[in-house]
Amino acid sequence: MNAYVGTPTSRVDGRAKVTGAAKYAGEFPADGLLHGFVVEASIPCGRIARLDTSTALQVEGVLDVLTHANRPPLADKDDSWKDEVAPEEGSPFRPLYDDTIKFNGQPIALVVAEDWETAKFAATLVRVEYEQHGFATDLEGERSNAAEKDKPHKPRGDAVAALAGAYVRHEADYVIPTEHHNPMELYATTAVWDSNGKLTIYDKTQGVQNVHKFLCGVFDKKPDDIRVVSPYVGGAFGSGLRPQYQVVLATLGALALKRSIRVVLTRQQMYGLGYRPMTIERVALGAKSDGTLDAVTHEAIAVTSRYEDFARNDTGWAEQLYKSPNSRFAHKLVHLDVSTPCDMRAPGAASGVCALECAMDELAVALKLDPVELRLKCYSDRDQSENLPYTSKQLRECYARGADAFGWSRRNPVPRSMRDGKELVGWGMATGVWEALQMPVAVRIALTSNGHAEVSCAASDIGTGTYTIVAQVAADALGLPIENISVRLADSTLPQAPVEGGSWMAASSAHAVLVAAEEVRKEVLGLAGKIPGSPLAGAELVDTVLTDGSIANASDNSRAVSIADAMRHGGVERIEKEKLNQFGEDKKHARNTHSAVFAEVKVDEELDVIRVTRVVSAVAAGRILNTKTGRSQIMGGVVWGIGMALQEETVMDHRFGRIMNANIAEYHIPVNADVHDIDVIFVDEPDAHINALGIKGLGEIGIVGVPAAIANAVYHATGKRIRRFPITLDKLLD
Amino acid sequence: MNNFQYARANDVADAIRLLAADPGAKLIAGGTNLIDLMKENVERPTRLIDISRLPLRKVEGTADGSLRIGALVPNSDLAYHPLIEQRYPLLASAILAGASAQLRNMASVGGNLMQRTRCAYFYDTATPCNKRHPGSGCSAMDGLNRNHAILGTSAACIATNPSDMSVALAALDALVHIAGPSGERTIALTDFHRVPGDKPHVDTNLGTGEIITAIELPPPGFAQNYSYLKIRDRMSYAFALVSVAAALELDGNAISGARVALGGVAHKPWRSLEAEAALRGQAATPDHFSHAADLLLQGATARSHNGFKVELARRAIVRTLTQAANATPQSQAHKKIA
Ligand SMILES: Cc1cc2nc3c(=O)[nH]c(=O)nc-3n(C[C@H](O)[C@H](O)[C@H](O)COP(=O)(O)OP(=O)(O)OC[C@H]3O[C@@H](n4cnc5c(N)ncnc54)[C@H](O)[C@@H]3O)c2cc1C
Ligand code: SF4
Repeated sequence: MNAYVGTPTSRVDGRAKVTGAAKYAGEFPADGLLHGFVVEASIPCGRIARLDTSTALQVEGVLDVLTHANRPPLADKDDSWKDEVAPEEGSPFRPLYDDTIKFNGQPIALVVAEDWETAKFAATLVRVEYEQHGFATDLEGERSNAAEKDKPHKPRGDAVAALAGAYVRHEADYVIPTEHHNPMELYATTAVWDSNGKLTIYDKTQGVQNVHKFLCGVFDKKPDDIRVVSPYVGGAFGSGLRPQYQVVLATLGALALKRSIRVVLTRQQMYGLGYRPMTIERVALGAKSDGTLDAVTHEAIAVTSRYEDFARNDTGWAEQLYKSPNSRFAHKLVHLDVSTPCDMRAPGAASGVCALECAMDELAVALKLDPVELRLKCYSDRDQSENLPYTSKQLRECYARGADAFGWSRRNPVPRSMRDGKELVGWGMATGVWEALQMPVAVRIALTSNGHAEVSCAASDIGTGTYTIVAQVAADALGLPIENISVRLADSTLPQAPVEGGSWMAASSAHAVLVAAEEVRKEVLGLAGKIPGSPLAGAELVDTVLTDGSIANASDNSRAVSIADAMRHGGVERIEKEKLNQFGEDKKHARNTHSAVFAEVKVDEELDVIRVTRVVSAVAAGRILNTKTGRSQIMGGVVWGIGMALQEETVMDHRFGRIMNANIAEYHIPVNADVHDIDVIFVDEPDAHINALGIKGLGEIGIVGVPAAIANAVYHATGKRIRRFPITLDKLLD
Repeated sequence: MNNFQYARANDVADAIRLLAADPGAKLIAGGTNLIDLMKENVERPTRLIDISRLPLRKVEGTADGSLRIGALVPNSDLAYHPLIEQRYPLLASAILAGASAQLRNMASVGGNLMQRTRCAYFYDTATPCNKRHPGSGCSAMDGLNRNHAILGTSAACIATNPSDMSVALAALDALVHIAGPSGERTIALTDFHRVPGDKPHVDTNLGTGEIITAIELPPPGFAQNYSYLKIRDRMSYAFALVSVAAALELDGNAISGARVALGGVAHKPWRSLEAEAALRGQAATPDHFSHAADLLLQGATARSHNGFKVELARRAIVRTLTQAANATPQSQAHKKIA
């Protein structure tokens, strides 16, 4: 059954996307559609003393201005506001709930008008007076107020003593700034009101069922009252894991006015939602003279809001990567007057591994060891935190294949020793690591006797290629050409799926397709076996496969009955099966993906302009379902890593507690001219333990390690170690 | 965005009449800067006067050997115009260093000259800014000023002019043709933009009710030895941290004429006649370039985050003059610095 799985199959939704046939949340039409425009708070902390909407209401075409004072009812218990991925600790933000201001950019009113321009204009006429309270938004200024989260990784040995006695010790702070996702698609919701009061919510989200449950809780609705749909998502990167505030506002508007309404945030307003939190990553490494580690400590100090404790695993990654008898990890939070951070591609790892891998490079320099050699000396075959072997770990092979493709052996280790004309050349490397997670997902397959199948599931495709891999796996499992498979996703009425995140959806949806397809096969076999003289009479299910539009004996495909014949004979037009796949619990293995990233930078010796001229990323992530979308995914991660290393930073003026570059002209991400050669290598990693297909997922691993590889290359080129990201040229200039 | 009236001007006289009739009116050409500022409520015109259809789209030679460029010639058309490519490649290069292809297709010559600063506080109506709201204070002075001016600043404003095109025009001694209620006049481009002084809300010396009709480029065009080098935070599609337009006339290795203008460092394209005079008669060597850089940067002062610009500008001046002297101008298409 391998016609499609593992091949570079083109996106099945590609045509719809490039022709504009694919509709996004802010594009669905509705009769009498109204438009909402958000009025935001311009202070970071305090309360609304007066909110005057009278002038705005007088504008022709304005129907209403919703505020905390006049809105329809909203749930008053935190539990109703806690979505599937909300932090455990804290009280989720409730838009238009009351007069308190918790962060700059907080929505405080929704102007509803017949058209968007009118709403936007009237929004400028809403007068707000505030009672300002004291506030703080500066992590570094508030560092001394950091409080430890209660879930640090288990300490092992005595790291403090081991560090004190280490032959070589390296300790430093690495500072990762706040970053925003900036998906191409704006945050948007179209709430369609139908005559009997039910709502269809087209929303930009990574999880329609998460939003569905959340809205039912917040608005005290029955599951049948609301349906959430999100067939296409123009990038999300974690920003759509939790329900975005505009979905609440659109629903409020529809309920208040009993009309359909669309709320699309501006690019600037999107900076009032989640982001990768700024962190100060303090890493200490102690090593013996032979390059083996004695001790690792890693402490992260991260931003969160005053009202929720958002924390991710920044610090534990050394447990997966490097053998060390002693280790200690801590994650601390500083509560500031800002909105709650959220997941952003490889949350925790992108920042934490960046620091760890820069520190490893500094240790290699101190030990006069090649950076790859140091990592091989410390290579850990077990996850030390649980002391478990891996389902598979081909990281060694990643180092070898990556180094080979890059030409690493030709590296002169001395900083500033390699050059190309006016440019200093630097070669750096780093390791990447992420988890291989999997979640329960259900899939429904409807097979019709003409050999077509519809496969449906509530999972989202956030641009990663879920439509395509579901079609591939279904085509193989059902023995049909991929053209005969249609995939429906991201509708809350479809079979169960969690949010699309954490790199778990490929493995989770693929195995759900397999179990549902097996149910279909069972039924087809039942029908086929009943045909008089059937070559499959009495055959066991395990001995059969669906192939070439038939059900056949697995070891002798000539003993087969076509699906069409079986169904016709049985008088069945349609076989519909839905099945939830649960992965068996395996407490005996650790599950991770890995990568080795090699980067070349060229730095103009006088002007300090930095170019990332080559990146080789060798990835071990189990079996790759689709080498084309998989490669794209890793390339995207590498490009993002270039941005994280050199460009990305949300800049805040702490005197005002305001973000000052809330737009994509001034918030820099790489443009084409910043991107040169990117070579993606998928290392063979057969995995017999993790799941039937041996799949691990590729969503996040592509970015992890890239910023560190580039920072290390910048050091190698220039002899300057920049520990405060992004590495802009002014930091090199002296 | 505020509610506004819209009127289309049929000819230049019509535009001037419409402007005079409504003190809150603004001209709109490509709209790539004005609309952005309106969306941020920074500009709140009562009326937009659409000049995009005025017949000011020609690039033509004049009897005295100059080139006259209509104010509505799109930036892209200008950059790829054969007469510009042949005679004033410095201008073509500077234009192509700016914005993106899509923006350059929309942007007009007049609009480019009039584009406003990118100072973040100017854009954010929740913060004080003397340029946007005279007398409210300058938030950048002790705030985020990494990309602010180091030359010609005042106690009221340290903003920069973001235009690339203007830097080349300054180096080429361009003239700005203006029409207004009291007739036509011409200003040297170097006198067109102002230093902020105590009136940072006034960007240029264009008078009330006046409209730019054309730019004039006199000879020489420095088509042999020129370069435009723009240093920014990514290789394309970012405003300059520092940019340099350099143009030389060489006699063997001796400099017989020199022009150097800086972008990203002041409220206007920055030139120093003293620095240019110091280059004349000298050999085209790094030492002389370096001396010129010192003269250009005389009086440079930095605030908390933009000190690096002084050294960066110094080095960029030397590099750009070297590129010009070697006739190896910076390419705006290659992903690297020459
Ligand atoms: C994301 C982004 C990046 C950019 N990057 C760069 C860059 O790197 N380098 C660069 O140089 N520029 C850059 N720009 C700016 C761009 O060059 C300007 O927006 C453009 O040149 C303005 O021309 P326009 O015709 O669209 O002007 P408009 O927006 O129509 O007008 C701008 C101003 O000029 C006035 N005006 C227009 N025509 C006339 C006239 N004939 N007489 C008198 N007044 C007039 C208008 O009243 C208005 O005040 C960027 C812009 C954006 C949005
Ligand atoms: S530098 Fe000028 S534009 Fe910027 S805040 Fe100060 S006054 Fe305003």
